[in-house]
Amino acid sequence: MNATAKRSFDILLVLVALFVAWQALYHVVGDTALTSPLQTFAYIGELFTTKSERFAAHAWETGRAFLLALALSYAIGMSIGILLGAHRLSGAVGEPILVALYSLPKVTLYPVILLVFGLGLSAKVAFGAIHGVIPVAIFVMNAIRHIKPAYLKTARTMNLSPWQTVATVIVPATMPEIVTGLRVGFSVTLLGVLIGEMFASKQGLGFMVMNAINLADVETMMAVAVLLFAAAAIANGFLLWLDHRLHRRV
Amino acid sequence: MNHGAMNRVGTIRLIVIVGLVGTLELLIRADVIPRRTILPPSEMAEALANLLASGKATQDIVQTLTCVAAALVSSIIGGFGVGVLIHRVPRLRRALDPFFATYYAVPFFIFYPVLIAIFDLSLLPIILMGFAFAVIAMTIATLNGLDRVPKVMAKVARVHRMAGFDTALRMKLPAAAPHLFTGLKLCVAYSFIGVIASEFILAPSGLGHAIAYAYNDFDNRTMYALMLFVLVVVITANMILHGWEQRLLRRWQGR
Repeated sequence: MNATAKRSFDILLVLVALFVAWQALYHVVGDTALTSPLQTFAYIGELFTTKSERFAAHAWETGRAFLLALALSYAIGMSIGILLGAHRLSGAVGEPILVALYSLPKVTLYPVILLVFGLGLSAKVAFGAIHGVIPVAIFVMNAIRHIKPAYLKTARTMNLSPWQTVATVIVPATMPEIVTGLRVGFSVTLLGVLIGEMFASKQGLGFMVMNAINLADVETMMAVAVLLFAAAAIANGFLLWLDHRLHRRV
Repeated sequence: MNHGAMNRVGTIRLIVIVGLVGTLELLIRADVIPRRTILPPSEMAEALANLLASGKATQDIVQTLTCVAAALVSSIIGGFGVGVLIHRVPRLRRALDPFFATYYAVPFFIFYPVLIAIFDLSLLPIILMGFAFAVIAMTIATLNGLDRVPKVMAKVARVHRMAGFDTALRMKLPAAAPHLFTGLKLCVAYSFIGVIASEFILAPSGLGHAIAYAYNDFDNRTMYALMLFVLVVVITANMILHGWEQRLLRRWQGR
């Protein structure tokens, strides 16, 4: 067996161990609190077939809020990052503020957002976006700050116009770090949207899970949670792959 | 950057923050932002002082801080222990790496209701969420730290015939310390987030619950007072850790 195959086998073993642990936990706590892996996957199957109408409506609601929040996170985060990265003094002033904001439990601020935007889509989008903006800004800022001075000197020596400098030097040099920032922003934006839905919403997958616990509907709760888990893991896997490729190239 | 420039940056930062808070205060007092949306910062501070003096929030504060402390201590000890163990088995470590890389990308809170279903509505699910949110950050930081212990250190330890425990304490621990400190800082932030967000979503008591309750009750004064309290506590904790880290870094680099 070569190294890659061996590693894939080991990863598979860990996955199997996780499922065994899940099954064992199911036997310990019983089916009032948990469904077994098989039951859960059977129910996920139902969500896509017989129960698809209700599920699709909630999934669409979450997906729409998430995409809007993500677009805002990326646009605002990159603007702040570029500004703070390009202007040294602003960066030195702003970085500790950004880092402090990053470690705040932003969920405490959710009522403010609800008071400003009212219940509904825009509050969820805003809440997701405030989660995502900060990591994107921090990574973009550091990417621009850490461009090797030699690259910029070379661009000047070759008499590149500002646009040429941006397109052929700055963008390729900062891309790996920026993609890392976009990846982190992706996950925390999703987390923000879902927490928003769990706390105050009448639609979306976060609401679906919270509603399920109030109705003691363990099947829905587990199936939606596992599905979201899997979707986030797959999306992250793709972004991670992109991330590694770009980092290797430089 | 020399000391003078750092002071200047600090002064500008202070002016920016004071300016932002002042602008908010003015906009609300001038009724540009309606009062029912957000209170002027001065009134938030006043409401917080009154709330603390009345003792009404004491129980929630004690409970939340206890949960955070429990999550913090267990995640630091657990994360460090697991990190050390995994580092000794490279094959296991390689197999676990993709799971660590995915851990913070999945919306963990979606499993909070499952924990409630298992343990009922008590403090345990809240502490567990804080623990689960923080522990892997510590594990990853421990692995990173141990990775960066220079090989020459192990050789020096052998030359000096140091015992295994001494090698760990005097060689590996100091060499890994900067990374461990990063893990510690993340654990503090994540424990707070995990505990307060859980209390916020569904809990019998605690600061997060009190804020959510005040929001549902249209009790803006209490709500903003408690928010201010959480922000002040978290920012103070961060500043203390940051100062401590800077001092340690200077000492390590000064050697």
